[in-house]
Amino acid sequence: MIGAAQPILQADDVAHYYGRHRGCEHVSFDLFPGEVMGVVGESGSGKSTLLSTLYGRLTPTAGRVTCRTRTDESVDIHTISEPERRLLMRVDWAFVHQNPRDGLRMNVSAGANVGERLMAVGERHYGDIRSKAIDWLERVEVDAERIDDLPATYSGGMQQRLQIARNLVTGPRLIFMDEPTGGLDVSVQARLLDLLRGLVTDLGLSAIVVTHDLAVVRLLAHRLLVMRKGRVVESGLTDQVLDDPQHPYSQLLVSSILRT
Amino acid sequence: MTTMLKIEQVAKTFTLHVQGGVEISVFQGLDLTVDAGECVVLSGGSGVGKSTLMRMIDANYVCPSGRILVRHDEDWVDMASAHPHQIIEVRRRTIAYVSQFLRVVPRVATLDIVSEPLRAVGVDAEEARARAAGLLQRLRIPESLWSLSPITFSGGEQQRVNIARGFILGRPVMLLDEPTASLDAANREVVLDLIREARNRGAAIVGIFHDADIRDAVSTRAFEMAHYARQAA
Repeated sequence: MIGAAQPILQADDVAHYYGRHRGCEHVSFDLFPGEVMGVVGESGSGKSTLLSTLYGRLTPTAGRVTCRTRTDESVDIHTISEPERRLLMRVDWAFVHQNPRDGLRMNVSAGANVGERLMAVGERHYGDIRSKAIDWLERVEVDAERIDDLPATYSGGMQQRLQIARNLVTGPRLIFMDEPTGGLDVSVQARLLDLLRGLVTDLGLSAIVVTHDLAVVRLLAHRLLVMRKGRVVESGLTDQVLDDPQHPYSQLLVSSILRT
Repeated sequence: MTTMLKIEQVAKTFTLHVQGGVEISVFQGLDLTVDAGECVVLSGGSGVGKSTLMRMIDANYVCPSGRILVRHDEDWVDMASAHPHQIIEVRRRTIAYVSQFLRVVPRVATLDIVSEPLRAVGVDAEEARARAAGLLQRLRIPESLWSLSPITFSGGEQQRVNIARGFILGRPVMLLDEPTASLDAANREVVLDLIREARNRGAAIVGIFHDADIRDAVSTRAFEMAHYARQAA
């Protein structure tokens, strides 16, 4: 439920420059528990740079990213110690890559991909790990019979669902998604979106979803940032931004969608 | 009566940047107050901004000037300036917006779509589904369709699913944009009953109904939008 709680993630005037080239700048927002925020914009708009900076993979050139931990502490994710940051990423955060190959270990079985994350947070009992892995494969609609197969034998859509299971098995509170439905065909996309939406609602997850697909954010995101040339040009409630866009670029983006 | 909605000095202009920056002024200086138990029907010709005003109350459209205050529990929330997470909360518990068009997630069963507003306020799955089933029955959606996604339904069926989703939870402010537009006489009667029941339980209703019979059957007051049309310069 979305309510009065403190923000789970805060960006305060965040910027990242690649040398002299602007990746993103002047990005500020509060993300509340249970809230899903979409970041949209064309290729090169800085949305993936922003996601990487928020996730701590890139260092901000300016500004701060603050997150609230499970123990209700407020920490600057770029200044905490490396062990603290790794713990945060293992326990509280998850990252779903566009290409499942970047988020999976392709040379171990599907079950091991899910179980490995549990072991990383201290689970040791083989039976428990396997039964949790089976449970999660079922939740993402992967046939449990395929638990011992390598991900390489899975279809693209199955690999993406497996990546989601691997990420969610440890019960993170904040999930970063970079084009989670990119590269999948349309019917597979719809199924994945429906699944993600259910999981996000049932588990009360917060999420930041980067995509160029406005249909994805309409279904998944409560609110939007529209980015262009590294800056946020418009932000607000998803359906408001999509149905009554104010900025010339948002209007162009919305009016460019092909209607079927 | 308790006032549920106060619209104060609201104006709306669309600027079409993609089409050479054309500005379309819809209305200005608009004031409207709606009490619990009222059904205010927006009137005025096409293009006067009836649907636009409805969407602004729901915060689906931006309100660039003025205030749109909605009583949310004991507080007044200004839909023109509220934070997205506040607006979502107001929509969850206070405002029901029933448009002519059904917009749903692919693959989700009709019964789940209709029970969703109940689930969102914490009603357990079984009870929510039972109540959704009751309402779908009342709206004459055949039981054989309940487990299917409404995306492939006929226009009239989709509209009734939309109505069911709007009426399932007795929210105190209801926005009805032509809810009976593509319904036959029998179904229209059911919807009229639903609207009357909502009014009797004290909902504050703002509606757009082109059909004069329906308007007469449910309206407690007409609100003429043409008074607020911006004069051409």
